[in-house]
Amino acid sequence: MTLLSIDRLEVVYRASRRTAGVRAVDDVSFEIDRGETVGLVGESGSGKSTIGRAILGLTPVSSGTVEFEGEDIAWRPGMRRPSLRGAIQLVSQDPSTALNPARTVGDTLAETLRPAREVGKAEARRRTESMLENVGLGGVADRYPVQFSGGQRQRIAIARALMANPCLVVCDEPVSALDLSVQAQVLNLLAALQSSLGLSYLFVSHDLGVVRYIAHRMVVLYRGRVMESGPSQRIYDAPLHPYTQALLMASPVPDPAEQRRRREARSSTRPTGVGVLSPQGCPFAHRCPFTIAQCLEERPPLERSDDDRLVACHRWRALEDRVVSDNVEQQRAVR
Amino acid sequence: MSAAEAIQSPVQWHSTFGRRLLKRPLAVSCLAFLVVVGLVGVIAPIALPGIETQHAGNLLQVNQAPSWDHLLGTDQLGRDVLQRLLVGTRVTIVGVLEAVVVLVGIGVPVGLAAGYLGGSFDRVAMWVVDLAFSIPGIIIVILVLSLYPENMPAAMVTLGVLLAPLIVRVTRSATLQIRDAPYIDAARVSGLSGAFIVSRHVLPRVSGAVIVQVSFLAAVALGAQAGLAFLNLLVPAPAPSWGGMVQDGTNVLLIHPWLIWPPGMAIALTMLAFSLLGDVARDVSTELWSPSSTPKKRGRRSAPKRFAAVPQVETSSLLSVQGLCISFDSQAGPVLAVDDVSIDINAGEVVGVVGESGCGKSLTLAAILGLLPGNGQITGGRIDFEGRDLVHLSERELRGIRGKQIALIAQDAMSGLDPCLRIGVQLEELIRRHTGNGRRLARRRAVELLAEVHLANPEQVARSYAHQLSGGMAQRVAIARALAGEPSLLLADEPTTALDVTIQAEILDLLRELSSTRGMAVLLVSHDWGVIADVCERVFVMYSGEVVEHAAAMPIYRSPLHPYTKALLLADPRDSDRGQALNSIGGTVPHPGEWPVGCRFQARCGIAVSRCAESKVRLTNLPDGRSTRCLRVEEMQA
Repeated sequence: MTLLSIDRLEVVYRASRRTAGVRAVDDVSFEIDRGETVGLVGESGSGKSTIGRAILGLTPVSSGTVEFEGEDIAWRPGMRRPSLRGAIQLVSQDPSTALNPARTVGDTLAETLRPAREVGKAEARRRTESMLENVGLGGVADRYPVQFSGGQRQRIAIARALMANPCLVVCDEPVSALDLSVQAQVLNLLAALQSSLGLSYLFVSHDLGVVRYIAHRMVVLYRGRVMESGPSQRIYDAPLHPYTQALLMASPVPDPAEQRRRREARSSTRPTGVGVLSPQGCPFAHRCPFTIAQCLEERPPLERSDDDRLVACHRWRALEDRVVSDNVEQQRAVR
Repeated sequence: MSAAEAIQSPVQWHSTFGRRLLKRPLAVSCLAFLVVVGLVGVIAPIALPGIETQHAGNLLQVNQAPSWDHLLGTDQLGRDVLQRLLVGTRVTIVGVLEAVVVLVGIGVPVGLAAGYLGGSFDRVAMWVVDLAFSIPGIIIVILVLSLYPENMPAAMVTLGVLLAPLIVRVTRSATLQIRDAPYIDAARVSGLSGAFIVSRHVLPRVSGAVIVQVSFLAAVALGAQAGLAFLNLLVPAPAPSWGGMVQDGTNVLLIHPWLIWPPGMAIALTMLAFSLLGDVARDVSTELWSPSSTPKKRGRRSAPKRFAAVPQVETSSLLSVQGLCISFDSQAGPVLAVDDVSIDINAGEVVGVVGESGCGKSLTLAAILGLLPGNGQITGGRIDFEGRDLVHLSERELRGIRGKQIALIAQDAMSGLDPCLRIGVQLEELIRRHTGNGRRLARRRAVELLAEVHLANPEQVARSYAHQLSGGMAQRVAIARALAGEPSLLLADEPTTALDVTIQAEILDLLRELSSTRGMAVLLVSHDWGVIADVCERVFVMYSGEVVEHAAAMPIYRSPLHPYTKALLLADPRDSDRGQALNSIGGTVPHPGEWPVGCRFQARCGIAVSRCAESKVRLTNLPDGRSTRCLRVEEMQA
């Protein structure tokens, strides 16, 4: 059942009224079901965090709709920020700035209950304590954020996000700033909370490996546009879009032999080095090894593949049988 | 948090601003002085009635020097100076209070609103502020006094309004810094009102800056009040005020110079107390988020070497670090951050040092160049590089090695570039320093270097400024700069951590290529096991200030011999599917100073036994050239 539905979303950042502005999010549509995790993957400037902020009502939407439980919640310029009463929450990237250093953990958690108004002080205290226990940090409500490590602070941030019983949590790179040994703890916690509370996650990350593990479906973005979307495992195993392939080949894995193989695969596919990018064409054309004239002139539409994925590439059918995807399959078999 | 930060982090977060302020002797004496002045202002006019309306004292005793009858002497009308000074305190303090209440009452709310709301309110507010700065304040106050003669509240309120823009500015800029902090976003997302967010989240964070500015402006208001009283514009004739008393003194300056001293000192000391209190308040309010408010000089070179020289081991390595110990001074005494670390690298080799934040890997790198942060000191070991022990070199000798023989590239390449100089100029400067070449030769070489790091259009990059480059380009420029001195060893501290993966892959390719074409050794520090796997031939794994494992790259990934290495590799989400729990490592990395006796990983280790906690675990060298700091190495090998 669809919880959140984004349709043809556009976010344009403008320095002033006279300048043209930067199209941070360009015609993006996807849906999140109840209890589902959708991963947004892309590099810096891909618009993935902006989409999260647009859903949360922290960035005004230029056009398109954001429907939450059937209601349009998009914040448009000149309009009052719609109040969601905490139904969508945020877990941000940097644990050192996610919590106000001047407030105790208990105060930070309890304040999220204020907008609901019907919760008394003692009840708020009780719910704070039990929520902190849920994330494995009982009895710390009177401490300040500085007394916790990065991983612990991220758990407190998760606890804060869950206080108001949200349906959807936007996780903006929640484990990127954490050490590997702590990253797994936090991912396990997110997964456990999802199954016990029936939460939906929008999981924003640059790390394909993490998104493949945590997300049911993923949306791959480049320069504000959707390149490919579909089931995470399918995309990770056999990416259809040349950009997804490049991203996968470039993300390093802890295995020297696999790295050497990926390096060779990378060096065999250098960009064709076409000239000027036109706004009408594919945004990846100048970095793509398979660019043809059509890529520069015509924006590739999202096409549906046989296994129900969406791909925005003129040549995806022609490239489908290429080496890259085969190799990944082989490699998984070896492991 | 790096190891250095972990040690120097502030300790007293839970005590309030006021309590921390009272721990400073200077603040206590300033506060005590101001409290006394305030009490005098309240009590003196009540205790000494009639002084305010006294036109003249004993006219037989005018202009007397201090005596037992008149502790501060008498003035030209025979009135007791001490009494007048005490009674005059009230007018002075009330005047300052009027101005301060008005400037805080206007300045703080407007500043908060302008910073938090932004938009048109901010534009209008800042326009008014700029306008106010261009108005000569004291003239306006005198104008007001000409309309309302000797009306102090009118004058001081006007002064407060005219000084408020200074508070607006400070409050606004402090608010702007935290307006977009993630915790403010989170509070907004929870549906909390703007008023709540400003009062509970923003105000406490900006209060430090505001207090400093208010104390400074209080001193300014005091000066202005005294000045206006000196001009006889504020207080009607017989009533005493500090400024008025200074005026009395100047009238008889030649025959009785003593008379200006008591009020003059009262004004000077009170202004000083306000300013000093502001200074201390600033220190106290920033000590929370700045590691050490009084940065010490880099101590490494000047301090005596307190440790016995470590015997040199015969080595064919280019760089050989043996038994390196680094410690930091803290309030609780020296804290060890790097403990007995030995690392070696051969010419032309690419070696990785991998570990989590706080494990001491970056400190080890900094120690090689003699660039330890804060009060970090090398307290043991040696660093042999081309036959010399770098630990015992002078700063001058080290400068000859830095950049020329050992170069460094860091994580944040952009901040390493001067934003005001063209890239080419910055490179030329270095090339000329290292090679002694002329300007023209250096310019050509600069472009060559930029081409060597595969920047697509080297001439154009040389003409650019740092802000015109992307993150990946900036890191290439940083590498070109490192190459300028033709170093035999390149230290790379998390060189790709801030970059996108596709750019990261290109930079790693470049490092590998440069190492093989130039025979340059690369010591790469990273927390990312994938990056290390991509370029390194050998790997040192660090945990809690120690090397816990060392081996060639392939075996360390295929069959790790330390439980920490093994657990980390197993925690990789790529190896698990959704629905399966990841193999996480419980607990947290212990901070320096909190290391347990024995193995430092014991609390998080799945195979720890009682002897792991007994004594320091030594690095075991295995016959195949590997080494591990684990007592249960047989079990690990099995």
